Amino acid sequence: MAVNSLRPLKPRDFDYWKAHHLLNRAGFGGTPDQVQALASMGLDDAVDYIVEYESIGDDAMPTDRWSADIMRPPTAEEQETARTARRNSDEATLERLQRERNQRQAADRKQMADIQKWWIRRMIETGRPLEEKMTLFWHGHFATSYRTIEDSWHMVLQNQFLRANATGSFAKLCFGIIRDPAMLEYLDNDQNRRRSPNENLARELMELFILGEGHDYTEQDIKEGARALTGYTFRDDAFVFNRREHDDGQKRILGKTGSFDGEDFVRLVLARPVASEFIAWKLYRFFVNDLPGTPDKDTQGFIVKLAKEMRDRDYQLKPVLRALFRSEHFYDPDNTAALIKSPVQLVVQAIRSMRTPARDLSALAAASDLMGQNLFFPPNVKGWDGGRAWINTSTLFVRQNIIVYLLTGKRPNTYAWQEDDAVYDPTHLLAHLPSLDGGPPPVRDATTYLLRFMLGSDPRPERVDGLVAFVERNGGRIDTNVATALVAVIAAFTEYQLC
Amino acid sequence: MSSADHAPFSRRLFIRQGLTLASLAATVPQFIQDSALGMMLPLDALTSSRPGVPEDRVLVIVQLAGGNDGLNTVVPYGDRNYYNYRPAIGIGEPGRNGQAALELDQGQGIGLHPSMASFKSLVDEGVAAVVQGVGYPNPNRSHFASTDIWETARLDGKGTGWVGRYFDCTCNGTPVPEGAVAIGRNAPLALQGEIQKPVSFESADLFRWLGKDMHPALEQPYASATRAGVLPEVDEHSQAAFLMRTALDAQVSSDRIRAAVAKAPLVQYPQGNLSRQLRTVGAMIRDGMPTRVYYVSLGGFDTHAGQAGTHANLLRQLADGLGAFHRDLKAQGNSGRVLTMVFSEFGRRVRQNASQGTDHGTAAPMFLVGDMVKPGVLGTHPSLTDLDGGDLKFTVDFRSVYAGVLDDWMGADAAKVLGKGVKKAVVVRS
Repeated sequence: MAVNSLRPLKPRDFDYWKAHHLLNRAGFGGTPDQVQALASMGLDDAVDYIVEYESIGDDAMPTDRWSADIMRPPTAEEQETARTARRNSDEATLERLQRERNQRQAADRKQMADIQKWWIRRMIETGRPLEEKMTLFWHGHFATSYRTIEDSWHMVLQNQFLRANATGSFAKLCFGIIRDPAMLEYLDNDQNRRRSPNENLARELMELFILGEGHDYTEQDIKEGARALTGYTFRDDAFVFNRREHDDGQKRILGKTGSFDGEDFVRLVLARPVASEFIAWKLYRFFVNDLPGTPDKDTQGFIVKLAKEMRDRDYQLKPVLRALFRSEHFYDPDNTAALIKSPVQLVVQAIRSMRTPARDLSALAAASDLMGQNLFFPPNVKGWDGGRAWINTSTLFVRQNIIVYLLTGKRPNTYAWQEDDAVYDPTHLLAHLPSLDGGPPPVRDATTYLLRFMLGSDPRPERVDGLVAFVERNGGRIDTNVATALVAVIAAFTEYQLC
Repeated sequence: MSSADHAPFSRRLFIRQGLTLASLAATVPQFIQDSALGMMLPLDALTSSRPGVPEDRVLVIVQLAGGNDGLNTVVPYGDRNYYNYRPAIGIGEPGRNGQAALELDQGQGIGLHPSMASFKSLVDEGVAAVVQGVGYPNPNRSHFASTDIWETARLDGKGTGWVGRYFDCTCNGTPVPEGAVAIGRNAPLALQGEIQKPVSFESADLFRWLGKDMHPALEQPYASATRAGVLPEVDEHSQAAFLMRTALDAQVSSDRIRAAVAKAPLVQYPQGNLSRQLRTVGAMIRDGMPTRVYYVSLGGFDTHAGQAGTHANLLRQLADGLGAFHRDLKAQGNSGRVLTMVFSEFGRRVRQNASQGTDHGTAAPMFLVGDMVKPGVLGTHPSLTDLDGGDLKFTVDFRSVYAGVLDDWMGADAAKVLGKGVKKAVVVRS
């Protein structure tokens, strides 16, 4: 049983495999050299290195190359043209306008696909893995889908907002999200008017973003919260507070009365103690353990302490993440190689830890979609369920085969993936292993290490035996071909789906 | 073995009866273990149909992606307005030279696109129906949004898929493995439930691990790692155990589906992507898969420009594919237990555009095929004079067609899946 306190791991217990675990969970894994480097820092410095990432240069790709104007609202002149054409039943003009709209939409979808690739590339290349990992966490938490809003620039703006506040303050994220154009459109708050309130955003703020479903609020609180949020809308790409549509009357929310606005509403909701427990629970499921069902007593105890840490720090996330990543609980065997990798984690971790070629980014995005995680297109406002929901008989084969693609660059003919002949050599993963006579390391040692490195846990003896037998039958040494075959088959083992 | 004694129902019985022997073995796939739990329930708790409706009925859904031009598919040649709106791309009346419609209902002045002779034969045989003017209120002209509306059967297009909900409502908290199968890269929203998740694959040959192609000797370590089920000393509630069970399920499904598809069909299918998919479905039905809903699709219907040739080609693929599929099922002796339903996310505007094509519109026909279909031309053709901003007004709500299929074909409680207040369209013979 894992301890139920935030008690840190004993520094001397922080070894290579603990560093390996930390890098997988707080980021997307790393090569043996990177794991070794992290291990040699010691626990505190290693955690600081991960968490205090601002000191690491952000040399990933720039964000300003997207067009903000593909889906811009029509100008007054364009509106007038459309009005006139409608009035005169001028079919030719109406048709032209429709065609132009279709073309803009097609261009915007193309840009969305490019942005998707850009984010995956960023996750692969960044020196600040926690920043991207937390951005991904918030994308699933404040889930917003391009499918509904059909404006790629708004998705970019939201993504940048989430990244800028990824490990800042949860409160700040909540205050920001009620002014985020993508969210305002996704949850219909642009329709939330004084005389016809729309409850969607108010409901999800309590149910999904801050408190959790059914936790400590009533339908009446939602109704009153919706009134507080009236007039919170956007024009083009910017938040607008529309005073005329705002209901500035008295509201009674969570037992308090006042002429509350949206910020007041968020403040009142954040003040509930269950808020910190809800977000701590979500972080726990993302970083520590995603077993379905009610958490056991020790887990619950740990989450409560994490939540208290969060309240004590005014919803600052870094102290919480630091405490989490230092805790003995985080490194407990029950919590090691226990989390089902998200599709994005699976792909990015494979590339980063084994240094495979990234191949074709659109193939990676497509595969991730096939595995159930289409970035910028979460299935609904609840985001991705995660855990076991990632796994079924279809996704399991895609999970196995995307690794084959990364290793070989060969794709099955009917997938629209690009063939790529960059040759991958995984023997570098074994380079640091000691050998007796300057030659290659013993096959059993190398196989055992490779299994542990890829699976994150002590390999079962029957797995080692099976692979050693394979090597013996195929020349008896681990050359590039044999190593690639080993990596492919280990990645198809059920345990590889865990990290 | 004849197809009759290899029906899914008997497989279900086999699974139930074989339980006491099998349920404790480590290598039992998850669905058998799940059925073992089912044993504790009353005998009918696992059945999904109303009493009196056979358990082995199958629904095949065909999606025409992109928005099929209904007016050039089911042609209202008797209405002069049709030719006024479509001077360049209209389909001529039956009997004319060139592109002439195939007579479907002389009284109504309704014909079929000339490429659809195979489908016309099905109607003549009394095993196919056209449902006219299908749509929904406040039509959405976005491909995404309208597809979501059809697939969720909700006007806001949000939530789970309607077929997924059908399984959720009937399967007692346990997903039905292979219950819903989609042929295609992505599993459609229609088949996604809270609990029920579809199996999907582009082609059966890809529904397997491709690493074996790298090195044949990998087969053995791969098989031992993925076919072992839950290994000893692994906590059965852990994620690892869950993965091991699912991996075994995947292997069993893969073997079974690939074996089924490897058999040559009883009839010849035409070339083309839709036919290939229907052939796969036919093979799986013949093999007695327990699948109750299949989903296939044909894309390319977004005919904004120069549509005549493209559209003719697509409709030929559709009609010939449906024809071959029906003959295959008939030869198998299964045409009485399979119903095929064809839909598209919207029809197209009544007036052709300046590029000899058509833009996104509203209502369009649906098609149904099967021995048990109420045959002929159902519903009334939408008016060409009473338009809504240049678009057809729907005459049949698509949810009422779903309700008819759920109620009368699948034996489900349509209200549970679609909500109350959906009026059922009678599309199945009583």
